[in-house]
Formats: sequence, structure tokens, C-alpha cells
Amino acid sequence: MRIGTVKENYGADAALFDTRVQRGWLVVLAVALVLLPFVSGQYVSYLACLVLINVASTTGLNILTGFTGLVSLGQAAFMGVGAYIVALLEMKVGTPFILNLLLAGLGAALVGMVVGLPSLRVKGLYLAIATIAASVILHFVFANWTEVTGGVSGLTMPPATLFGMELNQPGEVYWIIMPVTVLLLFGAANLFRTRIGRAFIAIRDRDISAEVLGIDLLRYKLLSFAISSFYAGVAGGLWAYFFRVITPESFPLMMSIFFLAAVIVGGMGSILGGILGAIFMTMVPEVLKMLVGVVTPFWPEAVAVLSPVRIMVFGGLIIFFLIFEPEGLAEIWRKIRRFFHLWPFKT
Amino acid sequence: MIDWLFFSEIGLAGLGTGGLYALTALGFVLIYKATRVINMAMGEILMLGAYVFMGFTASTLLPIWLSILLAIACTGLIGGVIERVIIRPMLGESEISVFMVTIGLGSVLVGLVELIWGANPQRLIEFIPKEPIFIGEAYLSSKIGYAFVTAAIVLAVFLAIFRTWRGGVALRATAGDQAAAYSMGINVPMVFSSVWVISAMIAAGAGILVGSIGGISPEMGVYGLSVLVVVIVGGLDSLLGALIAGLMVGLIETYAGAYLGGEYKLLATFSLLVLVLILRPYGLFGTHEIERL
Repeated sequence: MRIGTVKENYGADAALFDTRVQRGWLVVLAVALVLLPFVSGQYVSYLACLVLINVASTTGLNILTGFTGLVSLGQAAFMGVGAYIVALLEMKVGTPFILNLLLAGLGAALVGMVVGLPSLRVKGLYLAIATIAASVILHFVFANWTEVTGGVSGLTMPPATLFGMELNQPGEVYWIIMPVTVLLLFGAANLFRTRIGRAFIAIRDRDISAEVLGIDLLRYKLLSFAISSFYAGVAGGLWAYFFRVITPESFPLMMSIFFLAAVIVGGMGSILGGILGAIFMTMVPEVLKMLVGVVTPFWPEAVAVLSPVRIMVFGGLIIFFLIFEPEGLAEIWRKIRRFFHLWPFKT
Repeated sequence: MIDWLFFSEIGLAGLGTGGLYALTALGFVLIYKATRVINMAMGEILMLGAYVFMGFTASTLLPIWLSILLAIACTGLIGGVIERVIIRPMLGESEISVFMVTIGLGSVLVGLVELIWGANPQRLIEFIPKEPIFIGEAYLSSKIGYAFVTAAIVLAVFLAIFRTWRGGVALRATAGDQAAAYSMGINVPMVFSSVWVISAMIAAGAGILVGSIGGISPEMGVYGLSVLVVVIVGGLDSLLGALIAGLMVGLIETYAGAYLGGEYKLLATFSLLVLVLILRPYGLFGTHEIERL
């Protein structure tokens, strides 16, 4: 049982990980992340990469939606921008992947700021719809600017190289994806200890009050869009290195909905929530696939049912969490922690 | 040189499409007006209505008109259930949460339809007379023509009802001020339920018309996106706006499709959407809400 943590100075209070136990678990997690590709098979590495990419993108959307209160359904399109930039740089210029990812992020951030421009005049649902428009228009550009994007057939790019080695397998690309995602996560967590992050939260809680307090709404809203799309762009770049075939259909509106759903299921306005949500939403279809594998011997038609059931479960999870646990998985996690901290007393 | 005959034929087809947009947008606006919910599942409810109709016609015992009525009634019932089970618990939550709930609902409906009827596109039974209509010299496909006429009649009836009928007044009162409406003895929860039922019925009717023109598939819900453009352009809480914007979007979409190519359809309508959002963020006829601290 733990009654509470005593904090003796401001530094300790502002620390990201405030207890020794937490830091201990963090080390365990870090070791696990490093060891994962050595001990796991292809499939698990594949899943790990996919989860990490989604975590990066979801965290970006969480900065915009969860912390600044601006709903966006353009995250997948911004990822597309990043993916196309990476693919083109890798194919035409051949710059190192770090630079490519950075440029992908910056390119997406630029597009994101343009899309964010209406955010000063419209907000809430109107903004969400403006971002749907942006993603439709970007999809059109991907599909029809054939000289650059390769049109509907898309682009096929060479693998990334690290120290002269080609990274072909999921277990190898992991070494790009994992560190970048971890870096992005630390960036996001620290963002909300700075003036900028606090300004975002103030805007979310009440934008007019924030403006009265002297926060430049346009600047900070655009900044939030830029940071969020930067994350999306980098995640899109990672996506490109991972799948290496990019078509306009790779980034449908449904994917943007997926990220928004991950933010909601995980918990809006919580970095941990974004992580948990992305993991959960990526794993649910895989678990369903496994379940189908288990039932197939007894019920041969199970495979045919998989796709509709997956769609239903996806929608059902969104509804379920919004109605019964609007704070998301992060809140469930907090409850579990509280239970063990206070045991044997009632929470 | 513009071929005027071609131009007017495209215009007619555009108006036909626009009529259907206006009809679906009516359902959208009704829900928004009364409950402040943007129903992103409108396209999916429309699809559900078309599939239910197909389900009734598959058993050939029923006459077509009865199938249509039954399909509309069933979808209305489903709409009521949706409101009671999913939307009611979300009352008072932030509008973004409710918006996401309807997105989730759309996804559930798509899955349900795929589960019952399969994912492949299907054709509805032919029930609209086949002889093409000529207005002057311009040719108009009979399906679009009849769809437009039906949509126009339904719209006119609804607009008349909302002006005069007590329920319509109750709805407008609820839209104006929920608390005041409540204290004047209007059964607000009842208004919410009936709005969802009516909207689902309208969507089902539109779905049957849309489906008989272009066939039905679980992806039909994308139609909802175009309707979304219509309601935003017209103003979310304006019935008249939905009507005018519906015709406008229908025309623009069809002209873009005819003169620029099919892939420009969505681009044209969504560019219009962006333009309207920049110039008049609350739509052409919507009310501008002033926010106070």
C-alpha cells in the first residue's frame, strides 16, 4: 500500500516519471523494446512496427484533439503527405532516412497549417468537416498529380539503408521505427511542461478565456496543427519505409477515423491514453483474426464473417467507450493502479 | 461552342441528383435542429433503408408499394431504437463525442448490412417506369425524373407540416430553446425520438430512390459525405438552406462530372464546401451563434 508521494521541490513535482517504481518499470520497458526483434518472430515484429507507427500518429492527433480541442479528420491524409515525401526523396534524391523523415514531418506540418487556417473562424464540428474536405482534396492530389505521385498505381520505393545495410524485414525496419516513435513520445510528453503546451490546454478548456489571458489564438492553433501534422508526417514516413508501396488508397478517410477512435478509446488529453488507444485499436482486429483461426475447425464460414464483424467491433468500441468510459483506457489504467496502491483498502 | 442541349440535359440530371440530396439533407437538418447532433451515420441509415427494401422485395409475396412502406417503417423503427439506446445516453456530452458516436454507429451499420446481405453490390428490383422523359428536347432518365418528383413532393409535404402541425411547432420550439420548450409542457424527449424516427424514414425513402438509380452496396454510405457538404453549405439548421444547397451541390457535382471527368465530382463539391466555410462559416442560411463567456 502506498498512501501518496511526497514531493519536496518543484522539480520533483514537474517530473515526467515521479516515482522510483515508475522509473524501474520504464527501464524494463526500454529493455523489452530493445530485445523484442531478437526474441520474436516475423509476425510479432510486423505487429510491433504497425503498432509503433500508429502510436506516433495517434499521439500527434492527441496533441491536436485531446490537448488543444480541435477535432481533425485529416490525420491519415497528412500521413500520406509524409509518406509521399519520403518515397520521392528516397527514390529521386537518395538522402539518408533521418533527413527524409524530418522533411516529411516538415512538409506535412506545412500542409497541416494550411488546413488549420479555417480553425480561427470555425471550430468544433465545422472544423472537423473542413478537415474532411482537406483530406478529400489531398486524396485527389495523390490520385491525379500523376507526374509526381504516380497516380493511382502509386510509388514503389527502395528500402531504407542504415550503415550500408538494407532494412527489408519488419525486424530490421523496427530499428528505425522504434527509436523515432520513442523520441516523438518523449517530445509530446515534454511539450505539455512548456509554455506552448500549457497554452494548448488553455485553448482547449475555453478558447475565449485563453485569448483574454493573452494567448494568441491563431498562432497557437496553427502551431498545434503544425505539430500534430508533423507527427503524422513522420509517422507516414515510417509507414512508407515499412510498407514501401504507397498508393492514394493507402490513406483513406477511414484511417483518419481510426486515429480519432484510438484517441477517444485511449483517452483524450493523455499521452498514455494515445499510446494505449493505438495499441488497443491495432490489436483488436488481429485478435479477431486469431479468434477466427480458432473457430474455423468448428465453423468453416468464420472467415467470411471476419470482415463485417471487424467493422462492427470497430464502431461498437467507439460507441461503448464514449458512453461508458469517456475518459478512455487511460482512466481504466489509473483505476487499476489506484486499486493496487490502496489495496487492501477500497478505492 | 457550348452544346446547349447537352448542357441542359446535364442540368436536369443534376437537379434530379440535387433533389435527392435535398431530401436526405432534410433528415440531417431535422436531427440537427432538434437535438444538435450531426448525424454522420445518415448515409449508412440510407443504405440500411435500401437494403431493408431489398429484403422485403426478395420475398416476392408483397406488392412493391407495400415493401416500400414496410421498409420505410422498419428503418424508422430502427432510427427510434438508435436514438433511445445510443444517442439518449450521450445527451449533454460534448458535441464532438456525439459526432464520434454517430461515426461509430455508421461503422456498426455497415458491418451489420455486410453480415446479413454480403459485401457485394446488388441491384434493386425495377419499379420505376422505364420510358425516358423529354422536357422540350432534353432527355432525362426516367429514374432520376421520378426520384426528383418524389423528393419534391415529400419535401413540400414536410415543409408544410412543419409550419402548421403541432408536432412541427414543438420541434421548432425545441430547436429554439430546449429548457423553455420543456417548461412550456413540450415533451422534449418525445420530440428527440420522433425526429430520429422521421429522419430515418426520410433516409430510407431516399435510400430506395438512390438505390434504384445506382444500385446498392455497403459502401453506399459515402453518399452521406456529399449530403454533409449540402448541409454545411446550406447551414446546418436551415431547412430552406438544405433545399437550395441540395440542388446547388447536385448541379455542381453533375457538371463537374460531365465536363471535367468523374474524379472531379468530389473535388468540386468539397472545394465549394471549403469556399463556404471560409466566406460564410455558418452556411448560406444558417444562424450565426454568438458565443459569450
